[in-house]
Amino acid sequence: MPETLTMQKAATAPAMTDAEIEWIDRSLIDASVRTPVMFFFTTAQTWLLAATLIGFVCSIKLYWPTFLGDWSFLTFGRLWPAYTNILVYGWGLPAGIGTAIWMTARLCRVVLKSQWIPIISGIFWNIGVTVGVIAVLAGNMQPYELLEFPRAASVLLFIAYALIGAWGVVMYQNRRPGHVYISMWYFVGAFFWFPWLYASANVMVGSSHIHGVVHAAIAAWYAQGLLGYFFASVGLGAIYYLIPKVIGRPIHSYHLALLGFWSFELFWGLTGMVRYTGGPFPVWYSSLSIAALILVLIPVGTVGVNILMTMRKHTYMVYHSPTVRFTMYGTVAWIVGMLIMILGSVREMDPYTHFTQFSIGTFHLLVYAFFSMTMFGAMYYIVPRLVGCEWLSASFIRLHFWGAGYGIGFMILLLIVSGCVQGGCWNDPVSYPHATDVMDQIMPYLRGMSLAWIPLGIAHLLFFIHFIAMVLRLGQPSGEPTLFAPIEEGGEAH
Amino acid sequence: MKQPSPIFNGILAVFALSFGVLAVAPALQLGSLQPTVNEDTGDIYPIDVAGVQAQGRAVYVAQGCIACHTEQVRDESAGADLDRGWGVRRTVARDYIYETPVLLGTMRNGPDLANIGSRQPQPGEDPNKYSVAWHYKHLYDARLTSPGSIMPSYKFLFETKKIVGQEDANALKLTGADAPQPGYEIVPTAQARDLVGYLTTLDHSHPLAEAGPNITPPKTGGAK
Repeated sequence: MPETLTMQKAATAPAMTDAEIEWIDRSLIDASVRTPVMFFFTTAQTWLLAATLIGFVCSIKLYWPTFLGDWSFLTFGRLWPAYTNILVYGWGLPAGIGTAIWMTARLCRVVLKSQWIPIISGIFWNIGVTVGVIAVLAGNMQPYELLEFPRAASVLLFIAYALIGAWGVVMYQNRRPGHVYISMWYFVGAFFWFPWLYASANVMVGSSHIHGVVHAAIAAWYAQGLLGYFFASVGLGAIYYLIPKVIGRPIHSYHLALLGFWSFELFWGLTGMVRYTGGPFPVWYSSLSIAALILVLIPVGTVGVNILMTMRKHTYMVYHSPTVRFTMYGTVAWIVGMLIMILGSVREMDPYTHFTQFSIGTFHLLVYAFFSMTMFGAMYYIVPRLVGCEWLSASFIRLHFWGAGYGIGFMILLLIVSGCVQGGCWNDPVSYPHATDVMDQIMPYLRGMSLAWIPLGIAHLLFFIHFIAMVLRLGQPSGEPTLFAPIEEGGEAH
Repeated sequence: MKQPSPIFNGILAVFALSFGVLAVAPALQLGSLQPTVNEDTGDIYPIDVAGVQAQGRAVYVAQGCIACHTEQVRDESAGADLDRGWGVRRTVARDYIYETPVLLGTMRNGPDLANIGSRQPQPGEDPNKYSVAWHYKHLYDARLTSPGSIMPSYKFLFETKKIVGQEDANALKLTGADAPQPGYEIVPTAQARDLVGYLTTLDHSHPLAEAGPNITPPKTGGAK
């Protein structure tokens, strides 16, 4: 492919303008990543529907414990890890991998060789997730959050990601000379970090040489690392790519971007033990992690200011561009999510948030409201460039946004508030002596959670249908991006 | 052409720091903890009961009990665990050296279970609370013992069979709509027996120097 490109360019250069060469260049890059990226996106969307259904059933079981309760494979203790693992490994990582592959190819300006590597990787990955979910439902799982998959599944996931990671780094090494854009830093980080994190965590929790609470410490390090070293990396990398592209304006400050990158990676890596404040560990672990988490205010501030300053004077774009609307939701959710997480972890607040729905709230803030909304935005941008047609209907996109945005916002609000109520009640044994007294207090919130799943389910279904229409090339052939409303001022929009 | 990039070194460095501090350091500091031996009495704690617990622990893991239950007691500064009667002292790393996989947990939609094996019913409560028979009934349908509970029913860990000869000693004593047909009994499967066996051995109340002095269990409230 690159030979053809060079020859084409050489042969036709005199007759073509730079813009035309640029256009051919991009088309060739896009064509070379089309199959793997669309494969990752399609499987991710399918898993998202599964996660929606299982999450909804889980929410019902919390106030109606005998609902679908006669089968061991549908018991809450298995369905819940199945839900979180599908959300993370079925939907989240593949959506992120697809986005990172496409953006890496574009940023490095490389026409992808050996397409089979990411495709094989995608197949391995999805077999791994399927095996893992079936194993969890059958009760064959490890009791550590997001490390539940048994060895056979985790080995498949590791091989799949290692292939993607190695191949992404090779792409980066073969980039065309020039400035390395900030998004690329995040993606290279994600390519490197995840395999290391995943392999070492799985090996260490599975090792018989290590025992007792060390396993729990490693599981906490992993779960926290996954949020920062994969989800935040790919999510922020995509935001840094998409917003300047769509509004046609460079990022506000490159130095702030670098400061935000390094300070986040440095501090975030030390925050894992906030998950065990007060637990059976020497106290320095949680003290260190709380301090590190407070220092994460620095990257939250710098990244937040940088993106919001870039958007300044272009905020009207959220009324026009689906990509900007979704990614801005993601940006705000990231800032809010980080602030809530930091606030909930300090020792004064921890008794109200620890071991409660609050932690599920912060998990959804980061994995869904921040990361998934950003990925939706990225898909609205990327998919038309890969399939050669535009999204069918602005109304579908608008409904998707309202359903997902309000649904998850409502759910997170319920989780955060009910978590604080739950923590407060656990800490008041005089007024709420029984576990049932405590859970009674949050019953209305738990019921509300099922309601929140309804708009989310509608949104996911609509997006899935819309997406499949694009896969089948049923979109609008116009070549003009599908917008919520036409833009009067100039600028590339999508 | 390609300028040497600080990116790889930096990426490796931040990750190595994180890995070293939060994965390797605990392994080094806590990975080789040994039981304490009381020089005067020869008393050893903790005792390795992993073999006895293994089957039941596997059922606990397979049913995902950890999704709603913790096995760790925090001191007063971190929460009201002790006031609730969940233990007589906080739990520390040494308590868990023989517990593999360790089931500390991260969510409390139900009470902590670190000392469920040694917990005693409070005055005014069912005097058989926390007995083996109570655990079977609780697992079979938590609403029978704890009205309003949201714990799943583990009826699939029990089987209904025809009474042949004498009634099984572990057969559930159920009345009304829950009772089996005459001539039949509902008995725990091997899995349920293992699970209850595991739960009734859960006890982290032995005194340990680093956990501070044991408190006297509260007289009122608590223990739920």
